[in-house]
Amino acid sequence: MTEQMTGRKGPSGSERPERAATGPSPRDLAARSPHHQAARPADGPPHPAEAPLSAPGQPAPAPAGPAHAAPAPAVPGPAEPPRAQVTSPGKVRATGAQALVYALERVGADVVFGIPGGAVLPAYDPLLDSKAIRHILVRHEQGAGHAATGYAQATGRIGVCMATSGPGATNLVTPIADAYMDSVPLVAITGQVPTNLIGTDGFQEADISGITIPITKHNFLVTRPEDIARTIGEAFHVASTGRPGPVLVDIAKDAMQATTEFSWPVPFDLPGYHPVTRPHARQVREAARLISESRRPVLYVGGGVIKARAAAQLRELAELTGIPVITTLMARGAFPDRHPLHMGMPGMHGTVAAVGALQKADLIVALGTRFDDRVTGKLDTFAPGALIVHADIDPAEISKNRRADVPIVGDCREVIADLVAAVRAEHEQGRRPDLTAWLAQLGSWRETYPLGYGQPDDGTLAPQYVIQRIGQIAGPEAVYVAGVGQHQMWAAQFIDYENPGTWINSGGLGTMGFAVPAAMGAKVGRPDATVWAIDGDGCFQMTNQELATCALEGIPVKVAVINNGSLGMVRQWQTLFYNERYSNTDLHPSGTDPHPAEEPRKLAGTRIPDFVKLAEAYGCEGIRCEETADVDRVIERAMAVEDRPVVVDFIVHRDAMVWPMVAAGTSNDDIKFARGMAPDWGGSTE
Amino acid sequence: MTRHTLSVLVENKPGVLVRIAGLFARRNFNIDSLAVGPTEHEEISRITMVVNCEEHPLEQVTKQLNKLINVLKIVELEPGATVQRELMLIKVRADAESRSRVLETVGLFRAKVVDVALDVITVEATGNREKLDALIKVLEPFGIKELVQSGMVAIGRGGRSITDRALRPVERSA
Repeated sequence: MTEQMTGRKGPSGSERPERAATGPSPRDLAARSPHHQAARPADGPPHPAEAPLSAPGQPAPAPAGPAHAAPAPAVPGPAEPPRAQVTSPGKVRATGAQALVYALERVGADVVFGIPGGAVLPAYDPLLDSKAIRHILVRHEQGAGHAATGYAQATGRIGVCMATSGPGATNLVTPIADAYMDSVPLVAITGQVPTNLIGTDGFQEADISGITIPITKHNFLVTRPEDIARTIGEAFHVASTGRPGPVLVDIAKDAMQATTEFSWPVPFDLPGYHPVTRPHARQVREAARLISESRRPVLYVGGGVIKARAAAQLRELAELTGIPVITTLMARGAFPDRHPLHMGMPGMHGTVAAVGALQKADLIVALGTRFDDRVTGKLDTFAPGALIVHADIDPAEISKNRRADVPIVGDCREVIADLVAAVRAEHEQGRRPDLTAWLAQLGSWRETYPLGYGQPDDGTLAPQYVIQRIGQIAGPEAVYVAGVGQHQMWAAQFIDYENPGTWINSGGLGTMGFAVPAAMGAKVGRPDATVWAIDGDGCFQMTNQELATCALEGIPVKVAVINNGSLGMVRQWQTLFYNERYSNTDLHPSGTDPHPAEEPRKLAGTRIPDFVKLAEAYGCEGIRCEETADVDRVIERAMAVEDRPVVVDFIVHRDAMVWPMVAAGTSNDDIKFARGMAPDWGGSTE
Repeated sequence: MTRHTLSVLVENKPGVLVRIAGLFARRNFNIDSLAVGPTEHEEISRITMVVNCEEHPLEQVTKQLNKLINVLKIVELEPGATVQRELMLIKVRADAESRSRVLETVGLFRAKVVDVALDVITVEATGNREKLDALIKVLEPFGIKELVQSGMVAIGRGGRSITDRALRPVERSA
């Protein structure tokens, strides 16, 4: 085991390649050295980063945007054509690894999160010379993957992570699955054992392309050096166009070591990939007609609207039609929370007004959303009276869970812009529905059943209050990144989002441990923004090693640990559905004693781990807050720290619960706004 | 539940079959029959699959299949407008006493004897599912020692080809 662990990643990333002889097998080195020498002579080719297109800070391609298809210089460093290396016009001699780095620069990758190891070592060598690419050495590959996701979600660009073969690659599985569920444009690059070892159970061999088939939009295994550059181009194209998603490129070590010819641009070989972005005009007109005829319409907005950068178009459509808007967990920020037409978030922990809007609607216009079970509740009682217009870029989402009456396949920005025009045409014909009664109905639910929480009787902190104050003090320009659980729901509920890209969370997969590394990636992507990770104490302990990365790489994120000493959401379900039998949800042994017969150890009241000390050990500022009166002062103190990461340990009441709630598997009609409290729908919406 | 025959044109690349079979498995679909082979285009392989399911789930799985990057085209073949064939090899017990009756049966089905041993003959038969099932039924009384069948392959009747325009070039490049 020890040997496995120490040998796992080969030589550490801080070691120079020249010292790598203790790591990889002698054969590896023998195979690499000649190429290695040939690749980096002192008078070798100027680095491609010197080419104008690769300048750092240049805007990277937006998903679905044409930027990365723009003509690029045909060869690295065209200003100073290297004499010896040029083999034919437009081509330059390079190792596969150099071709990889050149291609990454050409597609606009400016940040790579990763950890080197034996099989991916060849790629790390030319990476050292890249001026355009900043590599951030994380502490665990899972952190690299979530950081790339946070980067992508905060910027709309493509997140890139890199790992070695075997365990390095399998540690990326969770963030890749996470990105797949939330349609995040992510490219994961992994080293693979040399081609002659593939299939032999070689050291650190794992069939990562096979493993990730179900959780990637596409993946590639590259075994020939001449395929590397094209595959990187294809991977970035596939990840960012159509419905975005993760793409994995697994590259055999010998392909990176061998010599090839690099040229750019390279034609793609993707004959089966034709994402549709232009909506069908007839379907759009039909949707506009239904809008004109409806009396209780609702715009059900999902994360696709943020991916399509369609917030402005959405606002125009809402204001033009006067149709109320609800934003899912993935769409928080797509429509301003303070807008009078915003009814909040639907779903298991949505507002009464948003859930009621769906249930009582006669028309649901679903935009970039997928009728997830957490939104629909029990499917056959979902929105029983509604016709469905469903617009999504992925045709497979349409009619997957709920049959669409009007299906529209297309990019949400184009769909909504076309809908605006079609609705205008309806208005010009005098067809404009009166929504006064419907808006009054929703408004009364919103007023009668606002989001709320009680202050604990024992004087401990209400977690909702802490999160609400962070949102109010940091403001709507800050970026908020959550883990998974109660704190995530409270952060979705009690922070007002005004802008797209300011709320980042793990929605589909529900990945505990997402917040710290994703916040790190978001801060790297948007260094001028304040980035708050709202985390739980359970989540925080899964990935907080990346605080070291943040401290050393100058990534001053702020982490609020909402510390209730338990796995709060699971505990909430145990309270509600398991007779208050708290099986294995206590993280601090201060409450129920799991082993009463044994000699009680003096653990009650201790803090294991002590997050303040932990923060300090990681080179971060650590602050603890236990009193309501201190909350503002502590948040402001954290806001003032700009030179390093801050961790605030908010000790909060352990029995706070997330409300409203639609219990799993039940109907949205049975929503409770507090324990045992059902809203009065009034029965007068017909 | 109805039987549907899908012809799936895919890129002729390693691992494509696993992507397709895996998609069916994880979306909870059973494949009744599967046949894979080359086509008139070197770079295209053709998968013929028979699935038993309702219309709506079939539409779902077809959409999911279409999302696979290596899938070029999917066509559902209507049984009435399609030639469908399976190949079967059967070892039937045939001693001196029964051999002539076995050969007579084989002849009725226009099947061929491809190997003969002392008390066994091996028969090759092609046809649609119903014909092969009927052949098995009449040979069973003689004693079937071993049987192997291919998946179904199918092709539409008439002059049109489903491989037309399957290889549309990608408009963009890096």
